[in-house]
Amino acid sequence: MNWVVFAILALLALTAVTVARLRQLWAAVMFTGIYSFLSASWMMILDAPDVAFTEAAVGAGISTVLMLSTLALTGEQEQPTKRSPIVPLLVVLVTGGALIYGTLDMPHYGDPNAVVHQHPDPSFVERSLDDMHGLPNVVTALLASYRGYDTLGETTVVLTAGIAVLLILRRDEMERPAIANRAKRRRRKANA
Amino acid sequence: MNSPALEQAAGLYNYWIVIVLMMTGFYIVLARRNLIKAVIGLNIFQTSVFLLYVTMGKVRGGTAPIIPPEVAEAQAKAMHETGHSEHGTHALGTVSEEIVGAHAAHADLPGADIIYSNPLPSVLMLTAIVVGIATTALALALVVRIREDYGTIEEDRILEIDRADGLPDDDDEDQWIDADTHSLAGSSPDTPTDSESVN
Amino acid sequence: MIKFPIIRVITKLLIPYILLFAFYVQFHGDYGPGGGFQAGVIFASALILYGLVFGLDAIKRVAPPIVIEKLMAIGVLVYAGTGFATMMLGGNFLDYDVLEHSFNHKYLPGGQHLGIFLVEVGVGITVTSVMTMIFYAFASRSRFV
Repeated sequence: MNWVVFAILALLALTAVTVARLRQLWAAVMFTGIYSFLSASWMMILDAPDVAFTEAAVGAGISTVLMLSTLALTGEQEQPTKRSPIVPLLVVLVTGGALIYGTLDMPHYGDPNAVVHQHPDPSFVERSLDDMHGLPNVVTALLASYRGYDTLGETTVVLTAGIAVLLILRRDEMERPAIANRAKRRRRKANA
Repeated sequence: MNSPALEQAAGLYNYWIVIVLMMTGFYIVLARRNLIKAVIGLNIFQTSVFLLYVTMGKVRGGTAPIIPPEVAEAQAKAMHETGHSEHGTHALGTVSEEIVGAHAAHADLPGADIIYSNPLPSVLMLTAIVVGIATTALALALVVRIREDYGTIEEDRILEIDRADGLPDDDDEDQWIDADTHSLAGSSPDTPTDSESVN
Repeated sequence: MIKFPIIRVITKLLIPYILLFAFYVQFHGDYGPGGGFQAGVIFASALILYGLVFGLDAIKRVAPPIVIEKLMAIGVLVYAGTGFATMMLGGNFLDYDVLEHSFNHKYLPGGQHLGIFLVEVGVGITVTSVMTMIFYAFASRSRFV
């Protein structure tokens, strides 16, 4: 058994729990970056270098920056809530228990006979030898060629999300006083 | 390692870790009332799903699904020579036997003994990560707008303000409604409340 | 704009290599790990790093929002355009095999290779510009309530 893997997994769990406990949002965002980086390391060990460095660049890089710029616009402290954490904890424990019960039927880690590896047959690695004329990276071939329609759809989703962010955030400076007034009035009303 | 329980634990620990991470994210979403914290929780949940897929793609003793270039070259050439491949013209049903046959014939090729992990989960997760960050950005943009309109990102407080909004308004103008219909619907000239627009 | 000289100097040193690595990942993606999605986020993170350290105005001079905005759509257009090109050449949508014998092999790679290359370029352009544009949207909005 590989001790590096266990160290990474332990740190992953530790980071996730820390994020759940932290009230400082700034620190929580930083820990999310660390969490992403750790999961990228595990993905590297799991033979998925492409996914690993996308996750490293996205999770530890861009998403951290976006979260921090959101914090700059909203404030960094989380208010303590009055609700009791018992019900969520119960829901989570029951769901987790059900999922763990479900894994008992799953193929074991790294099992070459798992159903995932049996379909399609022959596997994409074997197909790509024939179809791609010796293109080495099967992941790229699969992404752009075998699943080309899917990737076109995903690219369109990225574009759509980008447009939506622009529509939400980029507005006239003219509207600012109106928004500010509205927010003030609402808060006054809630306090009254 | 002889007891079946231990064996099972050694075979399934990756799923269990993923479930622990997933449930941590789920707990944050359920228990924390701060909107940014909820987005962070969703992010943790999402990453655990990526990990679930990627662990399923791993094959014991395997390596990344990147065929060493010289091996790929040699194998492609060998396949080409035997005339097994008429590129892109396979009928779907026949492709399987043909390639399996070709492989059996070339089992002695260089690199034929390399085990590759499954590339399919990698591909699915690769696109999911980038789409995930785009949608996370969308969620954060909404949080920013909520903060601008409500002055807070605590869910309890937002609900309070919303409830207060439902009460009859004593100090005149329904102007905030105007601003709402104006900014959200964009163009609703037939709405009666749109009479005194912000600009 | 950050005043610390160490951060500024190190950033200036790093950015060319990050950009170079992004291009490597983009165009070497057929041979090693990489491709449009990865290259896109790496390229965008170089731009965002520049914006973080040297300020929003500096990065907007390098990558004007009006251009980035257009590139968002152009990337998808390159992708879909590849599909339509293959249709024009008599194949199915995104069937790269018809590109095989349509072009001079001396200068261009063959069918699947060329198709994958074009599609990945499209993905790379869209992902880079969307990520950069999202950063602009967040960074240029000031807190006012």
